Amino acid sequence: MDSRQQERENLEIELLLEAIFRYYGFDFRDYAPASLRRRIIKARDQEGISTITGLTERLLHNPNYLDRFVQALSVNVTSMFRDPEFFLTFRKKVVPMLRTYPSIQIWNAGCSTGEEAYSLAILLEEEGLYARTRIYATDINEEVLKKAREGIFPLEDMKDYTANYMKAGGEKSFSEYYSANYGNAIMRPGLGKNITFAQHNLVTDGPFNQFQVICCRNVTIYFNKELKNRVHELLYQSLVNFGILGLGSKESIHFTPKQGRYEQVENTISLYRKIG
Amino acid sequence: MDYKLVVVGASLGGFDALTTILENLPGNFKLPIVVVQHRTRDTGDTLRANIQLRSHLLLVEPDDKTEITPGKVYLAPPNYHLLVEKGYFALSIDPPVEYSRPSIDVLFESAAIAFGPALIGVVLTGSNRDGAKGVSLVKEYGGYVIVQDPLTAESKTMPEAALALSQVDRVLPLEEIPLALAELSGTL
Ligand SMILES: C[S@@+](CC[C@H](N)C(=O)[O-])C[C@H]1O[C@@H](n2cnc3c(N)ncnc32)[C@H](O)[C@@H]1O
Repeated sequence: MDSRQQERENLEIELLLEAIFRYYGFDFRDYAPASLRRRIIKARDQEGISTITGLTERLLHNPNYLDRFVQALSVNVTSMFRDPEFFLTFRKKVVPMLRTYPSIQIWNAGCSTGEEAYSLAILLEEEGLYARTRIYATDINEEVLKKAREGIFPLEDMKDYTANYMKAGGEKSFSEYYSANYGNAIMRPGLGKNITFAQHNLVTDGPFNQFQVICCRNVTIYFNKELKNRVHELLYQSLVNFGILGLGSKESIHFTPKQGRYEQVENTISLYRKIG
Repeated sequence: MDYKLVVVGASLGGFDALTTILENLPGNFKLPIVVVQHRTRDTGDTLRANIQLRSHLLLVEPDDKTEITPGKVYLAPPNYHLLVEKGYFALSIDPPVEYSRPSIDVLFESAAIAFGPALIGVVLTGSNRDGAKGVSLVKEYGGYVIVQDPLTAESKTMPEAALALSQVDRVLPLEEIPLALAELSGTL
């Protein structure tokens, strides 16, 4: 591809993103370009269209396609007790601090289908803190939130999750937390009672509460540097002093302007305490 | 050409091949090197630590948005795709490509787009076809490609697949790759 063609492709992508933002309000303009481009090309190929401009036309003139396209752009993979060391450290280092609060507000930003929120609920229940906790689990994507509210997950995943749960310091039998039903694992009723699943867009929506803990894991890897920094500003503003920020295992507060405002709770684990 | 980045893809047999290359590159090799080595999900830090023992250059597993700096070797972390943007890395957990995450194709494609003719791509031993598509993109965007001579590869499927799909610049026995890289980078 020569530089003229590359220039044209960049322009087409820019126009596509501008079009869905201006016409539908979905703002993907500051997502990480390399992986976003891959997903756009894949969506284009799946539609059997030869140009990105053709995809833009389909989007603008066929509103039914929008949902499918937004799904194609999003990556919702998640799991329970993902990166178990994170949850182990949470149990050991964050829980003691949470005990000092009469009520605990947690924001799980970019919660996808809810596995992370349920993991937090299980951990806090075992530590005797769940009754005074409220977890706000938010995502841009209404489809995944629907699934999250149902609290039904593929039974076949439970084997992995059980292993994660044990590595995360869980001492019960993980099967106490769900009932198996025709290939589904239905989370125990009550586990979700203090979780509120709601739509919130980290790009366009502002702060909505003050939290003792915010987990925003594997979400800003999909944003470009500038947007990631903006989101970190929002997270920072939404945390109480000495509040805890949890990130994905390959994300770090370094390389963001907020670097000096946090201290790491434990070496090599992406848990940070707001200190200034 | 003023090269700015080297990307390397390896699979089965890659540990030995990578070690051979890195222990024979001079400590003042100035281009950043980005490596995708296929591996199982939970290998932790051992791969990096073991290669580091023999390398003059510093090996790191980049975090998301880590800046790409000269003189370092960046190893893709397990279970993430590693992509290159202009000046920094991006990680993603998009589905595996050709059963692989990290995927060589994904790294090479992003690097080809970001660096164009300033990119050198290297494909080493491996028992699958990952990297073949990536190599064709590096060539399409004007970059330089070296493929390990399949006869010297522990597993020849991967270099052969790359060669079947593209006209590349050099096919070299493993031992000659470090010297070629040093020459291309102007380190010699
Ligand atoms: C890979 S999932 C991470 C799920 C979970 N936090 C984990 O670590 O397993 C990323 C989630 O971020 C959500 N997301 C992407 N852009 C967003 C935005 N602008 N605002 C809120 N959520 C967003 C996606 O819909 C997706 O569910």
